[in-house]
Amino acid sequence: MSNFWGWFISIITVVNILGCLWLIRWTSKKAPGEEDTTGHVWDGDLREYNNPLPRWWLWTFYLTIAFAVAYLIVFPGMGQFKGTSGWTAAGQYDEEIAAAEERYGALFAKFAATDIEELSRDPDALRAGRNLFVNNCAMCHGSDGRGARSFPNLTDGDWLYGGDPSTIKLSIIMGRNGVMPAWGPALGEEGVAQATEYVLSMNGREHDAALAAEGAQKFAMFCAACHGPEGKGNQALGAPNLTNDTWLHSGSREGIAQTITNGMNNRMPAQGEILGEDRAHVLAAYVYSLSEGGERGSDSE
Amino acid sequence: MDKSNTYNDTVVRQFTIMTVVWGVVGFLMGVIIAAQLRWPDLTAGISWLSYGRLRPLHTNAVIFAFGGSAIFACSYYIVQRTCHVRLFAEKLAAFTFWGWQVVILLAAITLPLGLTQGKEYAELEWPIDLLIAVVWVSYGIVFFGTIVKRRIKHIYVANWFFGAFIITVAVLHIVNSLAIPVDATKSYSAYPGVIDAMVQWWYGHNAVGFFLTAAFLGMMYYFVPKQAGRPVYSYRLSVVHFWALISIYMWAGPHHLHYTTLPDWAQSLGMVFSLILLAPSWGGMINGMMTLSGAWHKLRTDPILKFMIVSLSFYGMSTFEGPMMSIKTVNALSHYTDWTIGHVHSGALGWVAMITMGCVYALVPKLWGKERMYSIRLIDIHFWIATIGIVLYIAAMWMAGVMQGLMWRAVNADGTLTYSFMESIKQTYPFYTVRFLGGVMFLVGMLIMTYNVFKTIGSGKSVQAQPVPQSA
Repeated sequence: MSNFWGWFISIITVVNILGCLWLIRWTSKKAPGEEDTTGHVWDGDLREYNNPLPRWWLWTFYLTIAFAVAYLIVFPGMGQFKGTSGWTAAGQYDEEIAAAEERYGALFAKFAATDIEELSRDPDALRAGRNLFVNNCAMCHGSDGRGARSFPNLTDGDWLYGGDPSTIKLSIIMGRNGVMPAWGPALGEEGVAQATEYVLSMNGREHDAALAAEGAQKFAMFCAACHGPEGKGNQALGAPNLTNDTWLHSGSREGIAQTITNGMNNRMPAQGEILGEDRAHVLAAYVYSLSEGGERGSDSE
Repeated sequence: MDKSNTYNDTVVRQFTIMTVVWGVVGFLMGVIIAAQLRWPDLTAGISWLSYGRLRPLHTNAVIFAFGGSAIFACSYYIVQRTCHVRLFAEKLAAFTFWGWQVVILLAAITLPLGLTQGKEYAELEWPIDLLIAVVWVSYGIVFFGTIVKRRIKHIYVANWFFGAFIITVAVLHIVNSLAIPVDATKSYSAYPGVIDAMVQWWYGHNAVGFFLTAAFLGMMYYFVPKQAGRPVYSYRLSVVHFWALISIYMWAGPHHLHYTTLPDWAQSLGMVFSLILLAPSWGGMINGMMTLSGAWHKLRTDPILKFMIVSLSFYGMSTFEGPMMSIKTVNALSHYTDWTIGHVHSGALGWVAMITMGCVYALVPKLWGKERMYSIRLIDIHFWIATIGIVLYIAAMWMAGVMQGLMWRAVNADGTLTYSFMESIKQTYPFYTVRFLGGVMFLVGMLIMTYNVFKTIGSGKSVQAQPVPQSA
């Protein structure tokens, strides 16, 4: 805030508060002859008394003004004057985070020193992990971790990037960004239909054999680079396995065609900065437990 | 009789009818979205019936359609009676009626389509904003023109409030709605980031302070002394609370943005001025309530006065609650919870709607030349149903809000949050049910009122224009 605006704010603040005080003083003085009504009459019978201001009301007014003045001396408010307490919201946040770190840091450091696989059998760690999960992950992956369309199911043992403990932890800390180019322009409508039938055939689903045969060539040319020659996917790229009838986006004929046509840009935000490594470690143990049948911390609803 | 010797009540009658109609529509919308919160799959995923689109429709319908029509009706009625002249620029007055109804109709079409600027209480897209600005300036010309040609020297207190409200709402609406259009149905705010948020809540809280407070205080200042047959309690209290109220409300917006990226100094000022606002707000309540002292016995026989006195009680309650909630430590618990919704509705149902109903009940017989409303007993029944409905509503939301606030901050021994957000929602369901019932009662009351109003209008002889008093 520049000097000018600091003064601008301070001056109108003071003027408004003083204005209120002046108003109260002015109206609480009783001029001679101000008895009964003011003498004005509107619409036949509308009149006004001029009773004095109720004392308790006046004192409420004074009290709130006194509080305001005291508050503006202690806390920031008057332009560039920071207040005598030196309080800031950012400072309070830092203090509370530091206090929490001091209080709970040791516990999570202890968890973090334990191997994730072992931690996934520790009920205390799983309870903490579940609480982290429902408050940080559940809005996309669901409270039970079963995901939703375009949000992976974390309980079915089918992993895009790999389900070993260290990969799960890496996904949590760094986030993931799965990109598939849009093939509509390259394949054309017919090509998309052929590739779709081939993908269906790979899953043993009902399909048009003639189109699928054409689609096999298209697949080898456009899709195999990421999804592999047999469509088994590639965890290094996060390219899904297309043969196990488990679908991240949609497994319907229209849905598959739509994905091929438009591509995908699926992003999971990085949680490392928010959680810190120790908590990410505990969270990884919980997520690992979801599919590995360790001691589940989740509720069964 | 020469037309200029009578009051123009045509436009007042039109707005009065629409107040009742939009009341029913707006409350029905509220009941629907209250039900959606309890039964989320209620509208089967149909996009234009989704909560996110009907919610702004509800707020726009109750604030601007129901509340707005009531303000137009009462201010046009009052300004003529207290200036002893016929309305200025009557064609323009007629335009404000039709213009305002078109705005509401456009809102009812565009909001369900998902066309929105995304600013609370200012959702309408820029072409509608322009129409609002034109209607509003016309309103100002009609109102202040009437004041200028008044035949009574002293300007009555009700008109101070209407005047301040009209000027301020014009400024608020124009500044907050500044946007860069992309096409006819899409625009982007002219302000960046936190400045946009600050402008929005400067608008938002003053919409409460001026649209929903100052204007309705104007109605109160005419109809309460009229209905009680008593002079206003204190002229000097009117003076001090008027000036203090309109100057201090301007500062209160930042309390909607506590603990955000809004600079600390702005949050502090928002909080302390919200606290100072307590006494000026209560000034209006005292003036209304004390006007009744010496006429308390009338409450036994006049349900219209009951509406008015209960509305003033809710006004006092919510203007006490507001400053308390603006204190940062209280706000840390209450913010983002249903406590806020309870607070808003104790003001909106308790104060705004109840004073409106009282005023409309007082106004309708006069406008249509009847001795009294069709059924006094139905007014009484309406009063009790509405009052119980409000109490159910706000009590449920208080409990839900405090519970949510406590659940969200509960921490385990290992420092993790005890509850997920969904768990707090599940715990809120019973309160949502009670809130829904409260809303249904309030809607039923409004339907009773509609019946009563139309029965009153439809009965007996036709309307005669009322003469302007000639001596003054």
